[in-house]
Amino acid sequence: MSAFSAKGYEVKDHNTPQHHHDDHHDDHHGDDHHGPAKGWLRWVVTTNHKDIGTLYLLFSLVMFFVGGAMAMIIRAELFQPGLQLVQPAFFNNMTTMHALVMIFGAVMPAFVGLANWLIPMMIGAPDMALPRMNNMSFWMLVAGITLLFSTLFMGDGLGAGWTMYPPLVLQTKEALPFGIFSVHLLGISSIMGAINIIATITNLRAPGMSLWQMPIFVWTWLITAFLLIAVMPVFAGAVTMLLTDKFFGTSFFSAAGGGDPVLYQHIFWFFGHPEVYILILPTFGIASTIIPVFSRKPLFGYLSMVGATIMIALLSFVVWAHHMFSVGMPISGELFFMWATIAIAIPTAVKVFNWIATMWEGAMTFETPMLFSVGFVVLFTIGGFTGMMMALAPLDFQYHDTYFIVAHFHYVLVPGSIFMIIAATYFWLPKWTGFMYNERIGKLHFWLSAISVNVLFFPQHFLGLAGMPRRIPDYAIQFSDWNMISSIGAFVFGVSQLLFLYVVIDCIRGGTGIKATNEVWDGARQYGGGIVEGLEWTLPSPPPYHTFTEAPEIKSTIPR
Amino acid sequence: MSTQDAYYVPHKATWPVIGTAGLFCMLAGFANFLNGSSTGVFWMFTGLLIFIIMLVGWFTLQSRESEAGTFNGQVGTSYRIGMMWFIFSEIAFFCVFFGTLWYTRNLSVPWLGTGTTKEFLHPLFDGTWPTNGPEKWGQFVAPDDPTKLGTHTEADFEPMGAWGLPFINTLLLLSSGITCTWAHHALIKQNREKLIQWLIATVALGFIFVLCQAVEYHEAYAEGLTLGTGIYGSTFFMLTGFHGFHVCVGAIILSVVLFRSWKGHFTPDNHFAFEAAAWYWHFVDVVWLGLFIFVYLM
Repeated sequence: MSAFSAKGYEVKDHNTPQHHHDDHHDDHHGDDHHGPAKGWLRWVVTTNHKDIGTLYLLFSLVMFFVGGAMAMIIRAELFQPGLQLVQPAFFNNMTTMHALVMIFGAVMPAFVGLANWLIPMMIGAPDMALPRMNNMSFWMLVAGITLLFSTLFMGDGLGAGWTMYPPLVLQTKEALPFGIFSVHLLGISSIMGAINIIATITNLRAPGMSLWQMPIFVWTWLITAFLLIAVMPVFAGAVTMLLTDKFFGTSFFSAAGGGDPVLYQHIFWFFGHPEVYILILPTFGIASTIIPVFSRKPLFGYLSMVGATIMIALLSFVVWAHHMFSVGMPISGELFFMWATIAIAIPTAVKVFNWIATMWEGAMTFETPMLFSVGFVVLFTIGGFTGMMMALAPLDFQYHDTYFIVAHFHYVLVPGSIFMIIAATYFWLPKWTGFMYNERIGKLHFWLSAISVNVLFFPQHFLGLAGMPRRIPDYAIQFSDWNMISSIGAFVFGVSQLLFLYVVIDCIRGGTGIKATNEVWDGARQYGGGIVEGLEWTLPSPPPYHTFTEAPEIKSTIPR
Repeated sequence: MSTQDAYYVPHKATWPVIGTAGLFCMLAGFANFLNGSSTGVFWMFTGLLIFIIMLVGWFTLQSRESEAGTFNGQVGTSYRIGMMWFIFSEIAFFCVFFGTLWYTRNLSVPWLGTGTTKEFLHPLFDGTWPTNGPEKWGQFVAPDDPTKLGTHTEADFEPMGAWGLPFINTLLLLSSGITCTWAHHALIKQNREKLIQWLIATVALGFIFVLCQAVEYHEAYAEGLTLGTGIYGSTFFMLTGFHGFHVCVGAIILSVVLFRSWKGHFTPDNHFAFEAAAWYWHFVDVVWLGLFIFVYLM
């Protein structure tokens, strides 16, 4: 057997299933090398990247609906002015928890799940580099979210917003230490996941695949993982100071003792801005994978895509104070953060132009993943434009803490991150399950989502510009009409996602009965891997429990 | 000892989920304790115990596998990459507190002592470092109900000098860095006796450092410099406290490496655990240098 190692490998026809019953393993490998352990314990003790990827993705799916239910409560209360359904404290609890659950429970775990499933298959690795730690990072996530949910049953719970600004957050009662420790656990989980991803990408690529040939999704995750390791400890430090300020008498955020509450905002957003790119960079990687396949063209500008991702990541460290324009900073600070923020538009525009250029004159078809991708390019760009509006410090004083910012970040997160997570699910689901999903319902899901998401969020721009503040359960009567329309959009969007749930379950159960081929999508092997052959499309659908125990051959698909 | 050709992919890991349960139990217990619950401490220590059992179990498993030749060079590279980025995350964590010191000292405290803030809010506050704030915060008085906010006594304080214990501590840690490197050289030259001797010296220097820190803390509290002493006390104890914790962890890791060296583990080309411990120790060393300069000297 030619083992997987940097020193020696032999070229094999990797169209054959990767089961190697004739491998001469010794006792270190255990007796279950050829398949998963039996029973439910399999999922608790698994070290397999596909199992852990599945755990992450299912967990994320559940959290998507839990966080979504919280959003439905918020929009139901805002359907009309006045207080109808919930008490203000519960409303605050819902806005706080909706954000935390969606960010740390739904979007980030979905990306880590995709990374787990895809990165080893995309780079021809036998598994993640540190499989035991991989298991631990998933269960740390579960532990962290459990602590977070425990606060729902403690008085008013967490209600100071996901940003947890002092001094307001220090008025939180029993829920505060639970919320803080939940952030610590989620941070540990993310850091362990990110270290694993970096170790996998830098150390386990099949021989012959250089960094500059990696599939673009792998590239975006490499950079995202770097951001995670750099900023999750910063968030942990910030909330630790909240804890000591409240319980141990420090005065980091209290002016009476010589501290400064604005300091928290600086530290938080030094984490928070890279964090929002953590929520979008893997999205870019997914779009850059799907769009070429359904355009039957190579990705336009591979190198500029990688360069733009690196630029965006680096710039994310020097723009944090644009979240705080109205807090009272020196004018030189306002100007620096304004221009640095505007500079991010350049690499982002490079990406948008590259996606459009990839589609240009392509032999395009519009299966569900492509519909979501095209929808993403258009709607994410709208979110980008409103981002530009708010980057302008003088104008931001008008929009700050209004529904305009709510509209902005939901445009980049919902038709941005969420749409592409959904697109990725439709795109790779046949690979994972071995069955095609229900295309008709998938398309229906897209059209309902794409229309309702605009009905939901576009009016919020108008509300914000007219001065409606965010995070308030009641509002002045002149905001009624757009709020009602927005809520109707929200309900339609929420119900539409049940179609997604149905399609996913139906596909896992093989409901359509249509077996997926190895390549699944016409052109996926040629265009789905960036500038090399898309390795996951050379494997059977579903792939065997262990793949690429021997390194595959890397084939260039476009001359360079 | 034979080394595997294939990249080692372990199966059925039970320690991760046990460790997670332990950490969860510990933090949930700690949160309950902070909220004034009487059972909090019990759950905290139960969780800590589970976590320690996990560490012992997991690391024993790893070292057995390592000694059995389970890991090829590529696995070793993964471990090294993992350790490197773990230390990077630790650096990011310390940057928060160094950044806090820099920001308060150079920006927010001077702002408090100038302009309209000074004029209208507290005209007597001059905004110079070191400070415990316009209201001269001293000892923290915890509230009866832990979910409420505490208060502070008003007190003056003396900042920490640099040339007493802190300077001795600097010498201790720097020399421990040197002994650690000598131990590494001895390991590479297969001089087991010297390896163990220098490791003992390193661990001893580490624990003496911790002891000196304890003495320093004791003196500080006796003289009225506490965690509650405004922003100076907050930054001082938070930075040195987290550093001291890391020294403890590093010294424990080195003790394990010492134990394994004594058991005959490690070869010149296979001693990741030693390297990881040494890297961690040097990281802790460098953080101390930063502390000595920015907290004590300046």
